[in-house]
Amino acid sequence: MDFTQVIQAFPSLGNGLLLTLELTVLAVIGGVIIGTALALARLSSIRVLSWLAGFYVNYFRSIPLLLVITWFYFIVPFMVGWVTGTNQPIGAFTSCLIAFMMFEAAYFCEIVRAGIQSISKGQVNAAYALGMTYPQAMRLVVLPLAFRKMTPLLLQQSIILFQDTSLVYAVGMMDFLNVARSQGDITGELHTFLLFAGLVYFVISFGASTLVKRLQKRLTV
Amino acid sequence: MNYNWDWSVFFKSTGIGSEIYLDWFIAGLGWTIALSLSAWVIALLLGTVLGVMRTLPGRFAARAATVYVELFRNVPLLVQLFIWYFIVPDWLPEKIELWFKQDLHPATSAFISVTVCLGLFTAARVCEQVRTGIQALPRGQSMAAYALGLRLPQVYRKVLLPQAFRIIIPPLTSEFLNVFKNSSVASLIGLMELLAQTKQTAEFTANLFEAFTLATVIYFVLNMGLMLVMRTVEKRVRVPGLIALGGK
Amino acid sequence: MISIQNVSKWYGDFQVLSDCSTEVQKGEVVVVCGPSGSGKSTLIKCVNGLEPFQAGTIVVNGTSVGAPKTDLPKLRSRVGMVFQHFELFPHLSITDNLTLAQRKVLGRKEDEARTKGLALLDRVGLSAHAAKFPGQLSGGQQQRVAIARALAMDPIAMLFDEPTSALDPEMINEVLDVMVELAREGMTMMVVTHEMGFARKVANRVIFMDRGAIVEDAAKDEFFGSPRSERAQAFLSKILSH
Repeated sequence: MDFTQVIQAFPSLGNGLLLTLELTVLAVIGGVIIGTALALARLSSIRVLSWLAGFYVNYFRSIPLLLVITWFYFIVPFMVGWVTGTNQPIGAFTSCLIAFMMFEAAYFCEIVRAGIQSISKGQVNAAYALGMTYPQAMRLVVLPLAFRKMTPLLLQQSIILFQDTSLVYAVGMMDFLNVARSQGDITGELHTFLLFAGLVYFVISFGASTLVKRLQKRLTV
Repeated sequence: MNYNWDWSVFFKSTGIGSEIYLDWFIAGLGWTIALSLSAWVIALLLGTVLGVMRTLPGRFAARAATVYVELFRNVPLLVQLFIWYFIVPDWLPEKIELWFKQDLHPATSAFISVTVCLGLFTAARVCEQVRTGIQALPRGQSMAAYALGLRLPQVYRKVLLPQAFRIIIPPLTSEFLNVFKNSSVASLIGLMELLAQTKQTAEFTANLFEAFTLATVIYFVLNMGLMLVMRTVEKRVRVPGLIALGGK
Repeated sequence: MISIQNVSKWYGDFQVLSDCSTEVQKGEVVVVCGPSGSGKSTLIKCVNGLEPFQAGTIVVNGTSVGAPKTDLPKLRSRVGMVFQHFELFPHLSITDNLTLAQRKVLGRKEDEARTKGLALLDRVGLSAHAAKFPGQLSGGQQQRVAIARALAMDPIAMLFDEPTSALDPEMINEVLDVMVELAREGMTMMVVTHEMGFARKVANRVIFMDRGAIVEDAAKDEFFGSPRSERAQAFLSKILSH
């Protein structure tokens, strides 16, 4: 194994890692926002709304992420062209980001829903007793409480998402894994590069989940 | 939207013999099912052993299992697959290496790589479920078993595991479903399972909406079907008079 | 039969048992009482090695419990134990609960184990429930099955760890009746309980524990007549007042 090749490839590996992290952060933000909206819809008393949100969640949870990534890669340009009426090319990054946001939203939704449901009825009643409306009670009391409780779970899911971003390899995006793989091919040091990539993923995921566990302990005590 | 929907595409000839596109999907589904089932067998067996190890009184076994879990949980599945497919064969003794790379049909060697990869990957998750199930049981259960003179393997086989497995059927079901979904990574090393066949159909026919819709429906139905099966299993093994095991 | 000598046990820095010594003769019934957290449950679990202890010796029928070479499962199979929360195996039928250890530990044949188990089930008055599962029985019934399960192993002594404290009041007597009968038949018994009525009726000796130590170890009449220690007096007056 020749690690000098890996060191020489640091700039391009760094770019790949940056893309991976960018995708992760944006997908988490988008996913949590859509997921929260879905959770509120699922818990809503409007039948149609909760049914639709439930279907969305079940649907995305029963198909592989890789299928979503691949499909969106094909159809997002189609859709955008159809909506905007122009024929602008849409990059793989956008299609992947949309795929991740929509897919992960289903998982985030379930976490948020469980978080909201764990807030005692007494809290909600107390909020109503103070004269708050439903949206106010949600926004000012229930959601802040729920998010505090769910933070560890949301972060844990984000770490999974971080690992899952490696699947963008399927549509040829140069994320961290794909850069490592192609550098490995070019230099003939595929073993070294792949093992190095595995190590980096491990260190980041393991480090992050250790921090999350510590946070979880602090929050529960 | 300018798109020509054509659902009859699946019954059109692929141009290879008398094959129609639907045959591709059926072949793909066959690979997906074969992969998932064999990986699940590995995951269930190894995961149970690891899960038991994590609850043993001895420090060493528990720590070894923890290291396994952390290692396999914190490296992305695709990286693991690349390692199993591109690297591990090179580490094998030369004879086996040549056999694996040259004598085996490429689909077979890819199949073996994915099965091992997915099996070991999922074992880490199964391990955690088994451990949770065992730890959810009241401590008095193992005490009572030991008090009767049962030995450790008997305590696990006869008392702890049968109860733990009943508790964890729901999370195990979702791990089982995850195996099906995760098996789609096989398409990335050229195994023509369901997703790969879908992509190929989309590329050959340009009817990408139909192709992906069919794939989605197949996964969805597979998912729902397995969920129903597991629910029946759960009902079958339910113990009379018991509402929540380990709920004390 | 059971000899406990200078037993001490720590959880980390916290001492749960300090220098406990007592003897239980063959055929003797010894009741262990004391406030919660006094270490009485821990002590009784040390007798069959369910709880390890760091100092002292416990010898049961000639076998030292703490010795590294002791075959604990074998020893345990000779000492019956009944738990506060019954601990029947919920996934097994009553019959299977009664026969599991007979078959797996003593190597008895299925038929033999079943005959024995059903006879004991009859003895505790529950033969109609053989095919049911523990979750379908009341607490009192479960505890009687648990006693039958322990008896099925032909134990030389029985340990009871607060056998009635998880029961609804109306079920306590059905369990105590079985225990009284057992005591009258000459079974060696060590019983952790607050049921002083039971102690008065059948105990030979009463041990009072507090903060991990044996404070009083006296013949029954002596204990109830004139407890020496203040703590035992206080405990008795509290427990007998209701």
